[in-house]
Amino acid sequence: MIRPSLVRGLRAQLVVAFLLVSVVSALTAAAFTFRQGQSAIVARAQADALRELRAHVAARVPDLPADPGAARLRTLAAQLERAGGARGWRTALSYRGGPLVTAGGQAPPLPAQLRAGAASAATALAQRFHHAGTPWLAVSLPVTAAARPSGRPPLVVFASFSLASQQRDVDALAAAARTGALPVVPASVVLALLAARRLLRPVRRLRSAAERVAGGSLDTRVTVTGDDELADLGRTFNTMAATLQADAEALRAVEARARRFAADVSHELRTPLAAMSAVTGVLDADAASGRLAPLTAEAVQLVSDETRKLTRLVEDLIEVSRFDAGAAVLNLDEVDVAELVAKTLALRHWQDRVGTDLPPGLRARLDPRRVDVVLANLVGNALRHGGPQVRVLVRVRTDAGRIVVTVSDDGPGIPDDLLPHVFDRFTKADTARARSDGSGLGLAIAAENARLHGGALTAANAPGGGAVLTLTLPRQTRDAAG
Amino acid sequence: MTRVLVIEDDPAVRRGVSLGLRHRGHETLLVATGEDGLAELVASAPDIVLLDLMLPGMSGLETCRRIRAFSQVPIVILSARDDDVDVVVGLEAGADDYVIKPASSEVIEARMRAVLRRTTQSASDGRTRSTHGDLLVDRVALRVLKHGAEVALAPTELKLLLFLSAAPEQTFSRQQLLEQVWEHSFHGDYRLVDACVMRLRSKIEDDPRSPRYIQTVRGFGYRFGPL
Repeated sequence: MIRPSLVRGLRAQLVVAFLLVSVVSALTAAAFTFRQGQSAIVARAQADALRELRAHVAARVPDLPADPGAARLRTLAAQLERAGGARGWRTALSYRGGPLVTAGGQAPPLPAQLRAGAASAATALAQRFHHAGTPWLAVSLPVTAAARPSGRPPLVVFASFSLASQQRDVDALAAAARTGALPVVPASVVLALLAARRLLRPVRRLRSAAERVAGGSLDTRVTVTGDDELADLGRTFNTMAATLQADAEALRAVEARARRFAADVSHELRTPLAAMSAVTGVLDADAASGRLAPLTAEAVQLVSDETRKLTRLVEDLIEVSRFDAGAAVLNLDEVDVAELVAKTLALRHWQDRVGTDLPPGLRARLDPRRVDVVLANLVGNALRHGGPQVRVLVRVRTDAGRIVVTVSDDGPGIPDDLLPHVFDRFTKADTARARSDGSGLGLAIAAENARLHGGALTAANAPGGGAVLTLTLPRQTRDAAG
Repeated sequence: MTRVLVIEDDPAVRRGVSLGLRHRGHETLLVATGEDGLAELVASAPDIVLLDLMLPGMSGLETCRRIRAFSQVPIVILSARDDDVDVVVGLEAGADDYVIKPASSEVIEARMRAVLRRTTQSASDGRTRSTHGDLLVDRVALRVLKHGAEVALAPTELKLLLFLSAAPEQTFSRQQLLEQVWEHSFHGDYRLVDACVMRLRSKIEDDPRSPRYIQTVRGFGYRFGPL
């Protein structure tokens, strides 16, 4: 699992986006419907009221004398108020800009703005306003004398009535819009989850496939269905995996060929070297006998020496290819570690040049021949590169079921730029002496031997100077060879 | 001077080994095939055989088996193969020791000398004859009899038996045996010991699977008896 939150994150984003879109569109639709309905209801109420008022006014105004008194006007207002019974409007009249005349005691609520406008308007005006917490509609209707169509209307009829019933209609409309819009939220969440699930399934499959590829299973492929962008992505992924697989196989084949070639070359070199090695003794003896011409003796000695070096190099190459081929096997035995170290030193006549710090009676199960090779290499390197006066110390300790062997010297240490590469093949500590006694494979082989035991070999420089090589081995090496 | 039969198919190696050994004062008989080697062995009775494992025709392993079928001449395998299995099979087929090519003539000679010494050294031991169960070990005549009949032992087998039976019930590690019997000073190949013990058991034990004479001490090595 690289990022389990990825799918959850994408799913959340998808759901939120889907939800937002659907809520916004539901709300917009509801609001639009509501707004349209509301204005339609109000406009219709206004138009109806005006039409009725105009009809009543038209029916009654002709009866009006030229200069009606307040009583006549009050009667007219009362008549008009009665006529609009169903609508429940209240009326007031204003004659020639005079004060409002009403039928009863109380004047209808009229916004000041409407009154001001109506005084000079030639047409009917309407205004909505709030009175005592309910919406009201006020209309003004100028009544012009037929003889004098222009000029200020002598009589203005005002009427205002409550829009409470219309408001109830509008409220019902709003409630309907709300109840229509609200279920959209859970519905869209469910739909979004379903869509996300469907959409993310191939993403999830791609992710686990990519994880498998990252884990090294280059033969991983995803099943591609459909023809959408995700299917394209799946196809691209498959192509990529196939290319990777082919490349990796080609690389492996090249590497295997190179290794096989190195192994074959080494083996082919062995036979002529076997013939040459068998006669180096003859050459050495003759070169040292003094019977040969000096140049010949030198040449003979050179051939003999280089044959030995070449033999060692080929042996090391074969050992390395054995590790590469996984053909190196451990021959485990239970041994006394101190004895093993002492023997390694004694066999090479190093016991006088190398100090030891060995715990007595420490037994371990390991491959003595391989450990001997490692120790000989580490100590040999220390003696070779530490200078003529170098002091080398081999120290053995146990640490949590492991044996820790350190080979330290007081020489110049390992150059920092070389330190990461000391276990690489053909890395040589002393570049000025490009061809030293070693094959350049010694430390690489030593490291492989340590690994074969399930241990490790590390190189470092001591704080006080000098190189420190540390070999760590399990006390009970498991027999991998069975 | 030792008469050495070299069975080696590669002419250069054959010549090289011959040169090196002759330079050290030995006499060499050179053949290129296992068949010729068997014939030469019968005809010349060499002191020791150097046997290449990779031979055309009859393989080195087969040659080794055929030699052991009628002769206990010391055999040292001369193998260019690093294939461990071949070496083990060679040892199980009756070879006394092995040298991995390329090897200097000093190394080859050292192995040869050690193998040859095996057949002669133990004669100076104090006890000359001892009986262990059904076995009679004669340290002067260098022979072993079981139920009165002589057991044909290869040089290493004989020396290992002489060494172990000289100190009955004492356990020796494989490393000790390698040093004492094979004269390997280096960390040697323990399979030499194991293969030799196996061969020895098949010759002297009544049931090689539950040995009485050469007993395994798990984790340490081998000991003779207790019977």
